[in-house]
Amino acid sequence: MAEKTYDWAAIAKNPKFVELHHKKTAFLFGWWIFSTVYYFLLPIGAAYAPGLFKIQVLGHINFGYLFALSQFFVSWGIAIYYAHVANKDFDRLTRELVSELH
Amino acid sequence: MKRLFVAIGCALCLSVAAYAAEPAKAPAAPDAKAAVAAPAATPAAATATAPVDAAKPAVAPAAAPAKKKEIKADRTITITMFAIIIAITMGIVVWAAKHTKTAADFYAAGGGITGTQNGWAIAGDYMSAASFLGISGLISLYGYDGFMYSVGWLVAYITVLLIVAEPCRNAGKYTLGDILSFRTEPKPVRAVAALSTVTVATFYLTAQMVGAGKLMQLLIGIPYKTAIIGVGILMVGYVVFGGMTATTWVQIIKAALLMCGAFLLSVLVMVKAGFNPIGFFDEIVNNPAIQDYTSKLVLKDGVILNGLDAGQRFIEPGLFLKAPLDQISLGMALVMGTAGMPHILMRFFTVPTAQAARKSVIIAMFLIGGFYILTTLLGFGAAIHLTPQGIKAVDAGGNMATMMLAQQMGADIAPVLGDIFLAFLCAVAFATILAVVSGLVLSASAAIAHDIYVNVVKDGHADQHEQVTAARITSLVVGAVGIVIGILAENQNVAVLVALAFAVAASGNLPVVVMSLFWKKFNTAGVIAGLLVGTIAAIGLLVVSPNMTYPKAIAASAQKTIEALEKKQAALPAGAALDEKDAKALEKAQKTYEANKDGKSMVGLDKPIFPLKNPGIVSIPLGFLAAILATLAFPSRKSEEMWDEIYVRQNTGLGMAKAVDH
Repeated sequence: MAEKTYDWAAIAKNPKFVELHHKKTAFLFGWWIFSTVYYFLLPIGAAYAPGLFKIQVLGHINFGYLFALSQFFVSWGIAIYYAHVANKDFDRLTRELVSELH
Repeated sequence: MKRLFVAIGCALCLSVAAYAAEPAKAPAAPDAKAAVAAPAATPAAATATAPVDAAKPAVAPAAAPAKKKEIKADRTITITMFAIIIAITMGIVVWAAKHTKTAADFYAAGGGITGTQNGWAIAGDYMSAASFLGISGLISLYGYDGFMYSVGWLVAYITVLLIVAEPCRNAGKYTLGDILSFRTEPKPVRAVAALSTVTVATFYLTAQMVGAGKLMQLLIGIPYKTAIIGVGILMVGYVVFGGMTATTWVQIIKAALLMCGAFLLSVLVMVKAGFNPIGFFDEIVNNPAIQDYTSKLVLKDGVILNGLDAGQRFIEPGLFLKAPLDQISLGMALVMGTAGMPHILMRFFTVPTAQAARKSVIIAMFLIGGFYILTTLLGFGAAIHLTPQGIKAVDAGGNMATMMLAQQMGADIAPVLGDIFLAFLCAVAFATILAVVSGLVLSASAAIAHDIYVNVVKDGHADQHEQVTAARITSLVVGAVGIVIGILAENQNVAVLVALAFAVAASGNLPVVVMSLFWKKFNTAGVIAGLLVGTIAAIGLLVVSPNMTYPKAIAASAQKTIEALEKKQAALPAGAALDEKDAKALEKAQKTYEANKDGKSMVGLDKPIFPLKNPGIVSIPLGFLAAILATLAFPSRKSEEMWDEIYVRQNTGLGMAKAVDH
């Protein structure tokens, strides 16, 4: 197994890698925190704001039901948005970086 | 070629064994009722808490203490469908065995699974019979809370997608130990990582095995032990001969069957509601049985609601999940724990690139989320068409709601269709169990064979043949142990075991995985401290929590019964005795009191020290804290120097362990 050896420290200082690192960190942790906060609003709201959850919005369908349902769409939305940004931005930066090294 | 013959031979033996096990229950059939009722009576104390349990709904442990009605699947059709599933999966095993020659083939299917395939396999690996039957049952009995409960199981995948999937694909090889030992002292770290993996897998596997046994018993009247042994033999067969390739395909087939079943049944439910969601909710709220049921449910909390108000209450929160802090604690264990589950992490080593790993999580998220949304229709549909009272009469935990709905919806079209549809769903449940347990056995075996045997005992010096042999023997042993534990744990509370598995994964595994990937200073001391403290804290808090049995509390409630009955007796005219029913109750309460008054819980306590059923809210921060403090207390130059390498690798995939070219 002839593995190519890389100078990892040099790559870590490569401006392209630094850019990738900054963009990725901000995106990933930012959206992770958003999704976590949004999720915990559900059990917290159900327990401490039952009045809000009872409000009937569409026929007998209440806010609580729509809010729980929205969790699915928000999660899917984040997943699709991440795939879009990663395929477009992160993968492109990675490809450019790797081709620079070869 | 020789191996092929061995594999075919063994596969045949397995199917024969599976069949041979079947006639065994035929003579037992007339006694099936007694066999079901007997074990159900003993664990009454343990299962009585299940309906108010905030943890994962138990599939079967919540088995009705006193069963009035039964749901019986048509044996011929059901067994034919089981046989078809066994035949197809055994065919896959024979095919996979031919392609399993190296350790990479065995643990990671040679890295040859595509993103789409892996997405289906993740969904198949993750959605257990508890999600399939338990959550729709919860919705059918407690409305809104059941639906709210399901949300966390999907949101957990955001953590998997954003934080662990791609870095793990790039930095790892076969196991959790591979990721953690990258820039630490490999031997102690691998040993502790393997220990934690085996702990999580054992808890989860036990829960699945017990659930499987009870489910098969309930559905087709196979005795508990036979069911466990049958499932166990198949699971060992898949893993030992087919390794990851066979396990993956079993999971894909299961996910496809599950989605088909849920989709078909949802369509039938929606046809009845005229595909009008607003009308569907009108039906729920206006259903007299649901109204009556809900008004009785809230009466226990001293609330009086009737008619439309009671119907509306069914789709509002708070009928089941009454302890918000416990709920939040469980949510934390799910959101963090899923990303620390060894059998889920392992799936990312089967795809060739980080892009494929990303794609697979997104596909899995759509399947899992879609399934839970369909589950709402099934749960509410069951409540409308079968009434919560009717569902509860068959199983107190509501676990049979989907099955009953399938039978009813099919029978409404043609009687034979009801039997076929029910048999199909039984087969789906069977495939579900097989897929989940196989994934767990494989991950536990990988931890023992790859981390402990190959890398700790043999210092990494083992050729491919030896590695595969070690992996196969380990899988066989792990599977056998799983069967034995499954039989011994018959009366354990499954919900507690599942909650514990997620709590340990969230408190032990996740903190160290995240810090290995994202913190430069993180080192050997941090990994070991984080894993040990997180795992021990989660287990420790659980054994002093209200989940355990506290004899003094049981004695106290028996005492109350005794006092009430004695008062009743004192009020009677002189010479008169209590009627037969009361006298029996008094005698029973006295016996219970005597048996429990000096008892202590498993760890010698009179009452729980920790107030919550889910330890996550305390044990997760403890796991993080221990890892951070130990890292800072014992700094390591080597770990910091290697940071650039692991960080560049995990982000770019450079120098990735290419599973394919071994």
